[in-house]
This record gives sequence, structure tokens and C-alpha cells, in this order.
Amino acid sequence: RRVRANAREYNEKFHCRALVACKSPSCPICPQSNCIKTSKYNIVTFLPVNLFEQFQEVANTYFLFLLILQLIPQISSLSWFTTIVPLVLVLTITAVKDATDDYVRLCPDHTWLSLYSLRQEQWMNVRVGDIIKLENNQFVQADLLLLSSSEPHGLCYIETAELDGWPCGEGKSQLSHTVHPGEVICEPPNNKLDKFGGTLYWKENKYPLSNQNMLLRGCVLRNTEWCFGLVIFAGPDTKLMQNSGRTKFKRTSIDRLMNTLVLWIFGFLVCMGVILAIGNAIWEHEVGVCFQIYLPWDEGVHSAFFSGFLSFWSYIIILNTVVPISLYVSVEVIRLGHSYFINWDKKMYCAKRRTPAEARTTTLNEELGQVEYIFSDKTGTLTQNIMVFSKCSVNGHSYGECQLPELRPEPVDFSFNPLADPRFQFWDPSLLEAVKLGDLHVHEFFRLLSLCHTVMSEEKSEGELLYKAQSPDEGALVTAARNFGFVFRSRTPKTITVHELGQAITYQLLAILDFNNIRKRMSVIVRSPEGKIRLYCKGADTILLERLHPINQDLSSITTDHLNEYAGEGLRTLVLAYRDLEESYYRDWSERLHRAGSAPEAREDHLARLYDEVEHDMMLLGATAIEDKLQQGVPETIAILTLANIKIWVLTGDKQETAVNIGYSCKMLTDDMTEIEPCAPSLLRKAREKMMDASRSVCNGFSYQEKLPSKLTSVLEAIAGEYALVINGHSLVRPGSARQDEALCLAVHHDPSCPLLFLQAHALEADMEVEFLETACACKAVICCRVTPLQKAQVVELVKKYKKAVTLAIGDGANDVSMIKTAHIGVGISGQEGIQAVLASDYSFSQFKFLQRLLLVHGRWSYLRMCKFLCYFFYKNFAFTMVHFWFGFFCGFSAQTVYDQYFITLYNIVYTSLPVLAMGVFDQDVPEQRSMEYPKLYEPGQLNLLFNKREFFICIAQGIYTSILMFFIPYGVFADATRDDGAQLADYQSFAVTVATSLVIVVSVQIGLDTGFWTAINHFFIWGSLAAYFAILFTMHSDGLFRMFPNQFRFVGNAQNTLAQPTVWLTIALTTVVCIVPVVAFRFLKLDLKPELSDTLVRKKQKTQHRCMRHAGRVGSRRSGYAFSHQEGFGELIMSGKNMRLSSLALSSFAPRPSSSWIETLRKKKGCEGSSAGSPSGAADKTLKV
Amino acid sequence: MEDTTSFLPREEAKPSRCPDNSAFKQQRLPAWKPQLTIASVLSTFFLTGAFCLTVGVCLVLAANSVREIQIDYSDKCSDCSKLRENSSNWNKECHCSVNFTLKEDILGDVFMYYGLQNFYQNHRRYVMSRSDAQLLGRNVNIQRSYCAPFSTYRNGTPMAPCGAIANSMFNDTIDLFYNRNSSVIQVPLLKTGNSWWTDKNVKFRNPELYNLSSAFAGTARPPYWQKPVYLLDEEDERNNGYVNDDFIVWMRVSAFATFRNLYRRVRRVRHFAQGLPAGNYTFQISYNFPVTRFKGRKHVILSTVVWSGGSNPFLGIAYLVSGTAAILTGFVITGIHLKLRKKKTYFQKH
Repeated sequence: RRVRANAREYNEKFHCRALVACKSPSCPICPQSNCIKTSKYNIVTFLPVNLFEQFQEVANTYFLFLLILQLIPQISSLSWFTTIVPLVLVLTITAVKDATDDYVRLCPDHTWLSLYSLRQEQWMNVRVGDIIKLENNQFVQADLLLLSSSEPHGLCYIETAELDGWPCGEGKSQLSHTVHPGEVICEPPNNKLDKFGGTLYWKENKYPLSNQNMLLRGCVLRNTEWCFGLVIFAGPDTKLMQNSGRTKFKRTSIDRLMNTLVLWIFGFLVCMGVILAIGNAIWEHEVGVCFQIYLPWDEGVHSAFFSGFLSFWSYIIILNTVVPISLYVSVEVIRLGHSYFINWDKKMYCAKRRTPAEARTTTLNEELGQVEYIFSDKTGTLTQNIMVFSKCSVNGHSYGECQLPELRPEPVDFSFNPLADPRFQFWDPSLLEAVKLGDLHVHEFFRLLSLCHTVMSEEKSEGELLYKAQSPDEGALVTAARNFGFVFRSRTPKTITVHELGQAITYQLLAILDFNNIRKRMSVIVRSPEGKIRLYCKGADTILLERLHPINQDLSSITTDHLNEYAGEGLRTLVLAYRDLEESYYRDWSERLHRAGSAPEAREDHLARLYDEVEHDMMLLGATAIEDKLQQGVPETIAILTLANIKIWVLTGDKQETAVNIGYSCKMLTDDMTEIEPCAPSLLRKAREKMMDASRSVCNGFSYQEKLPSKLTSVLEAIAGEYALVINGHSLVRPGSARQDEALCLAVHHDPSCPLLFLQAHALEADMEVEFLETACACKAVICCRVTPLQKAQVVELVKKYKKAVTLAIGDGANDVSMIKTAHIGVGISGQEGIQAVLASDYSFSQFKFLQRLLLVHGRWSYLRMCKFLCYFFYKNFAFTMVHFWFGFFCGFSAQTVYDQYFITLYNIVYTSLPVLAMGVFDQDVPEQRSMEYPKLYEPGQLNLLFNKREFFICIAQGIYTSILMFFIPYGVFADATRDDGAQLADYQSFAVTVATSLVIVVSVQIGLDTGFWTAINHFFIWGSLAAYFAILFTMHSDGLFRMFPNQFRFVGNAQNTLAQPTVWLTIALTTVVCIVPVVAFRFLKLDLKPELSDTLVRKKQKTQHRCMRHAGRVGSRRSGYAFSHQEGFGELIMSGKNMRLSSLALSSFAPRPSSSWIETLRKKKGCEGSSAGSPSGAADKTLKV
Repeated sequence: MEDTTSFLPREEAKPSRCPDNSAFKQQRLPAWKPQLTIASVLSTFFLTGAFCLTVGVCLVLAANSVREIQIDYSDKCSDCSKLRENSSNWNKECHCSVNFTLKEDILGDVFMYYGLQNFYQNHRRYVMSRSDAQLLGRNVNIQRSYCAPFSTYRNGTPMAPCGAIANSMFNDTIDLFYNRNSSVIQVPLLKTGNSWWTDKNVKFRNPELYNLSSAFAGTARPPYWQKPVYLLDEEDERNNGYVNDDFIVWMRVSAFATFRNLYRRVRRVRHFAQGLPAGNYTFQISYNFPVTRFKGRKHVILSTVVWSGGSNPFLGIAYLVSGTAAILTGFVITGIHLKLRKKKTYFQKH
């Protein structure tokens, strides 16, 4: 791929040729345009395109076919308008809906502005090859090659939370000159976020380009005044869009079931047609032949067989109402109504972010009532991504104990400290008193916090400090130290200046022993102004407690108790320790370090050994506990959803420790499921066997019968409650990776009595898929950490594929887009900075806790309403249509309709549509509070109990039963009936009116019986439909219409003559009683014998229920609360001084945001000078030479 | 560089996006929530049962009070039926008589019906085969109606009335004679007032011209008719042409292949002021309507009516059966419910 800077014509020419060559289906017509077209129609094309699309629906085509059939006079048993009126109505409603949908779906890129060649330009107009200027806090909307930036060394700070959700140290390259006539040759568009290869040709020089030089779409520019970039990929070619998976048209399971059923009904229709056609042939052969003097056969009909053939088509026309034309459009209308209820829900409105919930698709609502698996992102979804220093333990004394929340204590007053951060809050005043009293341990504790970190500080104006932390944990710790009077002020590569209780002290920074995931600790070695050399270390308790000096034993055990307590509360802990170093020892060590650093091979090992050596015999200072602030209501929501039998899987890009920590703090993991261990490869089967063993013992313990080994899965399912699965799947599909944390691990947690299991598997490889899934599904909680966006989608796909369960994915960032698109239902967290997730989602709201309302209230109701609607809909159409079938046996199978043709036209669209729509939109079985109080109410949806094939057949049976009575009772009555004045009554038209009237009354009573929630609207529609029926009946049978169109309105005078007869009303009454009373009996007996939970709830009206949430009183946890979202490599960067500003005050427009996530300070490298300058060895060299 | 636009979120005063707190939007509309409680269900069943039984008893009693005599005369005049099998004999007259005896008086209004069996008036092509515009006296092109093949003759003369229904009109004439002490008295019969008011006055109109025969000039009678439509009743101008009662009654097609149509009413004068007295009667039938070809039967029926119509007992019996079933079901439900409650309290106690 070639890109030439600022030469549009060249690039476009090239790309259009390239498109012809590659014919990639994902490319739009002009691939380099940055506009992603989402709207389908314009004014001119709307009608033809929309009609074309609508007639691609099988149902609509079917009705068009019927219409054509009706135009053939020999078989036309109904007037053409009986089909065209509903068809036009349906097409119109759908077209209006499509038009509004399309109107809403504006091109989202319109809103973002940027600069193009110092000209303001909309993002959508940006083309490949353009050089654009970005400003601070702007979203990057195309993949750019970074050319230059305002920062020293061309460094550029970006936030990548949108992109991958976990911090990754990508370097950004500066190309020292503006590259006007340059040319870039690079790889074709692909979905690898972490790889880029290309070459820049400029003035006969070649510059290699790597991922370090790229700014990808989805990043936000931070702490950088401006930068220039060359657009390499735009629009759908960007890595982000390539990664977001293909948008699939989502259908609900009810949709699929409905389609199957419609096919079955169609088959049934054909069967009926065949039966009646055979009947017709026989009748014409036996009877019709003799009857020919009065009724000769039509022209062209010479045999009974042919007559039967024609009658088949005639019956297809008559009986077509069993395949209900208005079904699809009614379903759409109901879903639209439900979507509006979601949009209007005040309880899902977040006042803080001023965002209401939004149903972005209107086709999935009832599936919300059937969710079995929830896949959740962590950062931004479960957590707020704010770290708060909440507790600490210093010298065996624990501070920050939360007092009773009812007392509402004042936060500690930090006014004594002019440099304090006003946003920091701490609730325990005793810690500040200890500082003021001069407790040496406390001083040392905070001194460590202010020295041992990789935070950069900026001072815009005097006293206004801003910290740029690589991980929010560190930011929280340094800020805490700052407020307690140990203010980290500034740093150079060799010094750190700290204001200790108002006194500026400059420490000499001798070394940073950087953090990495194996060491799980970081240290600094500083020389105080007095000349003492001291090593400060912070790290995981498991690591650090082993490295303490033996005299710390007592303190260590107290601190361990505190740590357990913190861990039990889901706090992230770090242990702090120090060690004084002898001058001579340090010199010797530093010499060795230098040598190791310049060693040609095994450098890392040497360094690690040296680090290990010096971090020894340390003195324990204490421990910190940082709270990773959860979103509001997350533990409660998870608890309720778990009670509702929904399995929640957390898929996150974060590290295992942090993910597990969140798992504990939001109560997904409990202490019943213990230790997390990294694990050995390909032992998944063993894990399963172990689980089996464990389960057998459990089973035996409860004296269940021994299960056969072949029934592995069922046993696993049976004991599901005991396990939680944590999957470290950073490279689920890259097994070859050498890094330990990139290997996939399965850790199975179970009760402490069982042996721990260490497993690893390449779970997403074909052969392991099923086993992985079975194991995972047997566990109560599953956490997958370090997964890439695509892997998230793969996990979802796996569950979809094998479990046949409804899945829901919820996330907030662009890294969740693929998962959101893959799952049956995608939910986006809105109101935050990025909108990629929201744009891809089906539902969006701003708080995770709204999920319970979306599922348990809206989803449940939607499902219930849709099922009731469908049952009734099929019932009423069968009751209506099957009467024709019975009548066929009495009218020589001649396809004579029972009803007036206007009744047939209007039955589905006027007489019976609105009451059932009202039920489908408004019905409620239990009040919304009950759905929350009794999450078990959600289960019928998951088990698909309310509408399935069995329920369908029951509805059909009821419809057929009704139709039989509807026909045969009037038949019996009318056989020899006369009016009370002796005139005839048994005429066809009176019969038609009687049957039609009783049908309308019966189905109205039935909908009355089905409606559980009679709002004014239901009343209006039900009574209104009945009134409309009689009004229309009398109008159609009126003199005036007949005089105008005598051949069309033949039923003149029928209504008033027939409905004046007591016999007719008695017939209608009997039909109604006989059709409805058995239904009442069955319903009541079902209610009495096998009540559903919802039924019982309705009956027990006033019983108040107190449901206590599980409290977090877990004591004696042996779990480590260590979690630290820090990355390796920043120590080197600081020591090399390359990210230091010449003047920190010169920096402007740094606007920290409370909600902003991983503020990345990124290593920079001088791309032109090659990458060696930035390499660790070089950095180490320089450090040690100082 | 100076014309930079800040990309900071625009915090200008947006209208509040908070949804309205209306009962409708929050799904908190006041609503009636009916439930199937044992009381409501049982009362429904017992009330329904009582209602059905009452109505059933009334209907059965009413139906039993109806007096009805039905005589099948399709084979009584065997020579006539043979004659009519050959359609070339259409203009040969054939008469026969059927005797019957009334053992008791039939009091009240007595109606005379003709009944047909196996005559498929409800066949689709038959039902369609008419032109209501023509029957409304309008001058319409019946070629475009569904009257075929009974719309025009080969020479183009339109049929009036057209269509299979009109063509196949029942054209027997039946007279009733009372044999009283060897004197034969013709029972006076009313031939008008037998059709629905709306049919007679709205649905059927003659073409409006000074006289009927000229109004039908240019049209021809249907092939099976013996006389043209304007001669259906020469005595009564208001019962002639399309508004002839016999014609109107025939044109109201029946729902089933077996049906009866009102033919005449007994005029309650002199001997017959109370109805038909007991004694010997004779039907004098001019046998024109062939039924043997399609294996049909012809009946003549004398019947009285009550508030519920004729003598059909079906409705009454159906009501009695459903009423009984409803009450029985009520008892069954009570039994089940009580048993269940006992069980429940048993479990609750222990």
C-alpha cells in the first residue's frame, strides 16, 4: 500500500485501482474516505429500494403471490381488496418505520472536527495521505503516522482505553522534518492492533516504520498540545474498524421460532388445501355432475380433477389468513413500544451524565427476557476506573477503618497543607494526627510513597501540581502522600524533589528497579541529603513478606491480618518496605549492575538476579489498600442477576490480579472459591477430572447417587455452584508466546479442601473448545483476563455456538465493540467519552446497575408480552380461518367463504388487532418491584417456557376447537331455523353474520381473559373494537352503501334483520360460553395445581419481602489482595530523562479528567535514529554512568 | 493554527434529556388486574350453568309447543318427476295431489314452507351468480357480472333476471285444500309478506317505467323459467317482476344444502281464523321443479312458530348440555380445590 503525503489525486487513483484488484467486500466505493456510511436511503431511492427490500421478506412476497392468484377469476374466491388492503397497510407501516430509522441513523462522523492542512475540515472529508493536525483531547478518527508533536523529543501522549482497554506501552515516533513529498509504503489494512510495518521514503532516505509510530483510531490525544499526522488508513480500513467485527443482522430466537412456525403453518395450509381439493374433486365427480343443470361447470373446466385443482388455489386464497400477514408488523409495533418504554424509563436515567437509556435497535426486546450469559467488560463498566487510597496499615496499626456510615463523618481536613489535592478524601483523622505528632514510621511510610513511583509531575502555576501517572494506582498513592504532607514536587533523571511537611528536600535518585509481572514489585534507591542510601520497595504481599528481615516477624503477622482484612473487602493491596544500604555495598552492586546491563546475552536474567539480591532483608513499613471504585450498585446488580440464574463472565484486557480483585469486590468471587494460581499447560482434562473427583466427594457427601463417568457434563453442571474459573487468556490464539502472562491459564477455584489445580490450555483452539466451554460453564463465575477484543468476540461466539443460550455483552469502549456485535444482545455504556461501543450496541445506558432493570423488568415484560401476544395471535387466526375448512364440507368444497369479504378484510387489521397490541405493549403480570425482589421470576424466559412449540400447538388446538364450535353450533341451530315471524333465517348471509359476530365476541372475551393488566387503553381498545365491529357491520349493511355499489354490498339489511332475532343472540351466547368456559376451567386448574411463581406472587398481594444482600463479612481470607495495573519499562524512561520537559510550567492545556482512564505516558523513540537509543540496555548504561 | 477549534465536550445548555415522569411513560398507568380466584371462578361456573339450564328449559318447551307437518312429495308424483327429468318437456304441465290428515287442530299462524334437500345453494359459483344491480332495476351490462353462463342468450339478448340462482328458481305451485264433510275448501294463502322488509323494499326494485312489460323489453326470461319475470304475479302489481316475494325468498340463498323457504302463510279467515282445524287436507301440486337429477328431495311443510322460531330442538338441548357441564365442572373444581387446600394446610402444619 502506498500513501503519498498531501497528494490526493495520486492516492485516490492508486486506491481505486487497488480496489479493483482486491475487490474486498468490506471496502465501500471509495476506500480512503473517512466517512462510514450508515444510512441506506435518500429521498429519490426510498420508495423503490424500500419496496424492493420489503418484498425480499418471504411473507410479503407470499402475499403478493396471493394477490396475483386472486386476480384469476376462476379461482378468485375473495375480492382482491381482502389482501391488498392489509398488504398496503403493512407495507406502509414498515416503510414509515424504515424511513424514521434511517433518518435517525445519521453519519456519526459529522460531529468531529479537525484541522486539515491548517484548514478546518470534518473528519468525514479526511482522505488517506492527508496531513492533519490534532489538538489536545481530540479523538483520533483515522490511523495516523505521527510526524511531529509539541512535546520534547516528539513524544505524544495518548489514551488507549478505547482501543484495547489495558495500558500498553507503545512508543510514538517523531520524524524530525515535515515530509511533504514523502511516500509511505506499508502493509495492507488489517486488524492487528499491535503490529504495523512500513517504510517511509523521503529524499532518497528510507525510514522503517513500526507500530510505535502510529496513532490509531480510537485513541485520545492527551497532555500534548498538538501533533501532526499522516493519514495511513481511514474509514473502514482503520485497525479499529477492522477489529470491530462484521455487523450481523441480529434476530431473536422468537423470530426464528416464528419463522419456523410460519413455515409449518404454511405446510398446514397446503395440507388443508389438498384435502379440500380432493374433496372438491370427489364432490364434483359424485354430486356436482348431477347438479350441472343448475350450475354448469365453468368454461374450460371439463373434469372433476381440474375443478379440484382450481379449488386448491381458491382454498389457498381463502385460508391464507392462517399465515397472518399482520403478524410481523404487529410484532414490530410491539417491540417499538417496548423500546420506547426503555427510552422513557426514568429509573434508567443517569442524572449525573444526563443520559437516558436508549434502545438503539427495536428488534431484540423480548430476547432481553431470555438472557443466560452476560459478558461484561471490567474497566468503565464494572468499575469507574478511579483509584482511591482508602486504608493503610503502618507499623501494625490500621488506619482508615470505615466508621459507621450513618454517622456521616467529615472527611479529614487537609487545609494545613497548601499543596494538598482538594479532591482527595480520607475519613480517618488519626492518620493525620500520627503524621503531625511526628510518628517516624508514618513519615517513612509516606516518604516511600512519595519517592517510589514513576509518576511525572507538572506544576502549571505555583502550588498547582498535576500528576501524570502511568497507572491510576500509583496516582492514588502519590496523591495520598501529597495530602499527608509528603508532596512529590518534581523530578529530574537524577533527582526527586519532595516537600516533606513544608520543607523541600531533594533526594538523589540512584536507581529504579523497575516493575514487572514476575517481580511484582518495584524499588527505588535514593540518597538522602544526609548521604544515607536507602532502598524503598513496594510490591505484592506474597513476594515482599518473604523478603523481610527476620526481626519483622511480629509486625509481619499483624500486617498480614490487616492485609487479609483489606483483601476481604476487595481492596488492592501493596506492601511497603525499605532497606538501608551500605555505601560500599551499593557501589559494588551498582558496578555489577552496570556490567550485567552491558552483557551481550541473558541481560534480563542477570539484571533480575541483581535486583533480587538487593531487595532482601527489608524492613516492613506497612501496607496500602486502594479501592478500585466500582460503579454504583455493581455488587447488588451482580447478586441479583446471579439469583436470576444468569451467568456472568467478565472479559477484560486487564491483568489477572486486577481482574480477580474486581471479581471479589463485586462479589462475583467469594471465599468459597479460593486461591488463584498460575497454571501449567494443557491440563484442562485433568482439571475436569479433578473437578469430577471433587464433585463426587461433594455428591457423596450429600448422599446423591454416584454418577457414571460418561456423564461428565451433567455432573459438572450439577455441582456448578462450587467453582469459579479465572482464565488468563491473553493469547488464547497465540500459544507460542514466551511471556508467562501471555500464556493461557485456567485456574479452577473450588472449596479449600480440594487440591489446587494448575492448568493451561489453548482454549480457543478447536480441539479444546468444547472442554474449555464445559469446564467454564460448570463454574459459577468466569473471569477471562488479558483478552484482546477479538478474543472477547471468540469467547462469546463459543458460548453462542455450543450452548444455544442467549448471550448479552456489555461494555463501554471500542475494545468491546466486537463482543457487543457478536453477542445476541450488545449493551453499550453511554455517557462516557467514546461512543464506539454505543454505536455498535443494541441498547445503551450509562450505569451497569441499570442492566438489572433492563433485563429483569423490561426484558421480562417484553418476553411475557410477546409470548402472550403470539399465543393469542395464532389462536385468533386459527379460530377465524378454520371455520372455512369446516364449511367446505357443507358447500361442496367450493371455496365459499363463511364470512362477508369485508369482515375478512377487516378482521385482522381492525376488529382484533388493537386489543392484542394493547396487551402486547402494556401487559404486566407482577409489578416491577417484584421482578427485582424475586429474580427467579426471570427463569421462564431462560427456559423458553412461555412460547415454544408446545405452547404453539396448544394455541392452535384452542383455535381449532373454537372454530369447530363456531361453525357447528350455528350449523345445528340454522338447519331448520325460521324467524319468529316465520320468514327464513337459515340463509347464507344470516349465517355469515351470526358466525362473524360470535367470533368477534369470543376472541374479544378471550383477549379480556388474557389481558392481566387492564389500563384505560386496554379498555378503550377492547370495547372500541367491539363497538367498531358493530358500527362497521351496520354501515356495510346499510341501504346507502348498497344503493351506491349494489354488487359490492350485498348484505344490505342483514345486520338489522339477523341481529333482531333472539335465536341468533342465544346462539352467539352459547358459542361464547362453550368456547370460553373450558378455557377458564383449564386456566384455573393449572393455577391451582401447578402455580407459577408469578401467579403465587400475584395472589400473595401484600406480603412484604425483605431480601438481604449478602454482606461482605468475609473474615480469615487467605487470599492476596495484591493487584497493580502497572507496566514495565517506565523506570528506564525516567532514568534516561527522555520524557522530561524542558520547563514543566510551559505545558499548557493539560486538563485532567476524573473519569479519564489510563493516562499513558508513552516512551518515545527517535525513529530516525533507530530504536537502539530507547532500548533498556542503553537506558541502563546511562543511568549507571551518572 | 489560530483558528483552532477546541474539541472539549460542548457543555452548552442542552435541553434536559430526562424522561417525563408520566404514568404512561413509566408504565405505572392505573390498571384493573383481574385474577382467577376460586370465588370468581366458581360463581362464574354456577351462574353460567344456571343461566344455560334456564334458557335451555325455555327453549325446549318452546320448541315442543311448535306443531309441524312435513311431507316429502318428491316421489309422490312419480310420473311428474320422470317427466321433469327430460328438460325438453319444460312446458308440459304436470299435476299431482298429496293427501294428509291433521289429527289435531293447529292453532295460531300457520306457515307453509317448501323444503329442498341436497340442493347446494351455498356453492361458491352459485352464490356469486347474480347481479344485484340488475335486481335493483338498473340497466347494467350483465356481461360483466358473474351471471355466466346464465347472462345472455346466444343472440345477445340478456336474461332478466340473470344468473344461476334466478334461473334455478323453485317453480312448483302448491295449493292446500281442506276436505270438510266431502266439500273441498281451498285454504286461503297469503303470497306476500313472506320476505324480509329490507329485501322487498331496498334490495329488489323493478325498472321504473310506466309498465312492467315494457320495462323488461329487450330482455328474455331465464332458460328454465316458464314465464317471463314480469308475469310472475299478474294479479298484484306490487308482487310482480323482481319484487315478487317467491322470487325474493329464492334469491336469499340458503346456508346449507338442506333448507326450507317460506312459501305461503295461511290467511286466518272463516274456518281458518284459529289456524288449521283437524281433518283431511290435500296439497295440489303443480310439479315443475326437477330434483331427481341431482338426487334431491322436495318437501312441503306446515308449521307454527314461537318466539324462538321453528321447531328446531338443537339450541335448547345444547343449552341444557352446556349448563349441566358447567355446573358439574363447578363441583369438580370445588372438589379439587378443597382437596388441595387440605394438603397445603397439612404441609403447613408439619
